[in-house]
Amino acid sequence: MPVADTDMAAKLAELDAYIDSLPTKEGKLITVLHKAQDIIGYLPFDAQHHIARRLGVPSSKVYGVVTFYSFFNIKPKGKYKIACCMGTACFVRGAQAIVDEFKKRLSVETGEATKDMLFSLDTIRCVGACGLAPVISVNGKIYGRVAPDDVNKIIEEYMAKDGGSVG
Amino acid sequence: MSLVNFTINGISMQAEPGATILECAKSAGIHIPTLCHLNLHDTKMVNQVGTCRVCMVEVEGRRNLAPACNTAVAEGMAVRTDSVKAIKARRKVVELLLSNHPKDCLVCARNQNCELQSLAAELSIRRVRYDGKRNNFPWDTSSYSLVRDPNKCVLCRRCETMCNKVQSVGVYSAVNRGFETVIGTAFDEPMLDTVCTFCGQCVSVCPTGALTQVDNTWAVWDAINNPDKFVIVQTAPAVRAALGEEFGMPVGSLVTGKMASALRLLGFDKVYDTDFAADLTIMEEAHEFIERVKNGGTLPILTSCCPAWVKFIEHQFPELLDIPSTCKSPHEMFGAVAKTHLAGKLGVDPANMVVVSVMPCLAKKYEASRPELALESSPYVDYVITTRELGAMIREAGVRFASLPDGEFDSAMGESTGASVIFGATGGVIEAALRTAYAWLTGEKPADVEFTALRGIKGIKEATYNIAGTDFKIAVASGLGNARELLERVRDNPDEYHAIEIMACPGGCVSGGGQPYHGNDPETYAKRAEAIYSEDRAKALRYSHENPEVIALYEEFLGEPGSHRAHELLHTEYTKRTV
Repeated sequence: MPVADTDMAAKLAELDAYIDSLPTKEGKLITVLHKAQDIIGYLPFDAQHHIARRLGVPSSKVYGVVTFYSFFNIKPKGKYKIACCMGTACFVRGAQAIVDEFKKRLSVETGEATKDMLFSLDTIRCVGACGLAPVISVNGKIYGRVAPDDVNKIIEEYMAKDGGSVG
Repeated sequence: MSLVNFTINGISMQAEPGATILECAKSAGIHIPTLCHLNLHDTKMVNQVGTCRVCMVEVEGRRNLAPACNTAVAEGMAVRTDSVKAIKARRKVVELLLSNHPKDCLVCARNQNCELQSLAAELSIRRVRYDGKRNNFPWDTSSYSLVRDPNKCVLCRRCETMCNKVQSVGVYSAVNRGFETVIGTAFDEPMLDTVCTFCGQCVSVCPTGALTQVDNTWAVWDAINNPDKFVIVQTAPAVRAALGEEFGMPVGSLVTGKMASALRLLGFDKVYDTDFAADLTIMEEAHEFIERVKNGGTLPILTSCCPAWVKFIEHQFPELLDIPSTCKSPHEMFGAVAKTHLAGKLGVDPANMVVVSVMPCLAKKYEASRPELALESSPYVDYVITTRELGAMIREAGVRFASLPDGEFDSAMGESTGASVIFGATGGVIEAALRTAYAWLTGEKPADVEFTALRGIKGIKEATYNIAGTDFKIAVASGLGNARELLERVRDNPDEYHAIEIMACPGGCVSGGGQPYHGNDPETYAKRAEAIYSEDRAKALRYSHENPEVIALYEEFLGEPGSHRAHELLHTEYTKRTV
């Protein structure tokens, strides 16, 4: 699979340098996938294929691992990664309404990014802040006791930082 | 090491440490139902992942039930396979499997040949108490060889074990997780676009209708019943050693004559034999081998009869594409000669001639679609059906196969020698080539016509034969994992071997992906191979170059082995592919 994007080519070169620095390639698939997601931001098919060839494992195995772990993303993420906790405590305290509000405001489904790539929306399992349920995080910053009415305020906070537009 | 003492259903037993409850129960004549478990010993196909939970048994003092297939017996262990708790658990597991399984058994390709169906019958499942969400995955019908219906998959992982561990091809992986899990391809690519070799071994081991063959029987029926078409059929060596199983005959029954009679009853205009073309293949391949030896050509030469193996080397070792023989596979040689020469002899317009191949193989279906194996845009071989599909056609026609009299193949392309029939077992192609190469190089026949060191189900075999003062080192691999190992040796040490035979299926064509299901019996393949060797022994002629119809074909049409016309019609080229 040719990598047309020169930016991607540079990223894959960085990944290759990392792979070459490993003492052994055996059993390093997950480590390399982590690194690839760090560098690229997500794991597009051509990157997965590239990793398969570099590590000498079938592409099917790479794809199987990537789709098994929810940490790995096949779709690109936005600049601001919104994660809504759907753990038990958050769920019973109305997390679904928060997710629905984000979907409506951003016009995305969970797992997707907005067209301008400013925001992406995901659901995650317990973040260990059940006392603050329902909880969301944006690029790791935690917001507790979120109500649907707060959603717009949170979005605007990040848009103000960036000057982007929603949707 | 001291033996372990334990009881199963109160029977005191001893076994080597590490033996599983399932194995020990079996040796005591106690049946424990299984689904995902499969152990075909010699082929390295061992699946004991414990995913299906059907083989649950009760172990005294253990809180939960144990899967018999991957729980080792231990000192003092008391196992009950027949307790109410164990039976109830198994029934529940099967009910749960059925709750997410399509109920179209009556029209399923595996009807009456499905391990899940048999299990439901064995456990007297009369209703399914669970009515939950059902998967709705798309089918994959992209390839010429096999069909994937993931909705019938029970996630036993046999196909994954076969493809990834035994064949080292790596098409399949479990994709996604939990209820969404599906055995899929990389990036959900259609099978046709993957590195799949279409060997069909995944179909051979699939317990349900999740993996089945592409069915060409109706295309063949339509051709037979089209008055404008002249339909000829050829049968591969391995078919005659297994077709009887489709009709309840014992494994290893040789049914060559009955098969010829059945094909004539089905309405084929002429009934020929791929064995004839196997002899023809040897003429070309032995000639090519000797030419390479004499003229310093590339060695080792690799046999090229197996289309799955050809696709494997195209993907996995594209840098080695100069070493396989350029010979087409026998049924493709047959198709080429039939449409360019036989048609004229019979007074048939080649455009109206339909060539049907009966093969033990799914990859031959794919092979027939390769663009270089066609006369202009019309393929030399029109349809490939498997041994199983021929069995189905014979049943549909109401032919009582087991009581048929023995028939003969039609002449011109029906005569064969013992060298050709052994093409159906691992080691057979190279043995046939050596018989003729020996005779051609020395001017006399070898002391023993049988090159027995090259026989048997062992994954890689080697032998050295002195022919006309030169030591020829020969290697044979069956199973693509073994082929990979051998090719890596060739790549790293190109001078080690003179000639290599590779067959994609472990054990060779007798265990092909289009053969009757092996019934989970590891002896099946060896018995079929023995049937093939018995036919060889019974033949008056055992050298391909002695086949009178092959000699006549060279005299009247092809000229010499390796001639310009032979190259045009009987040889082919390969394509570099990627992984």
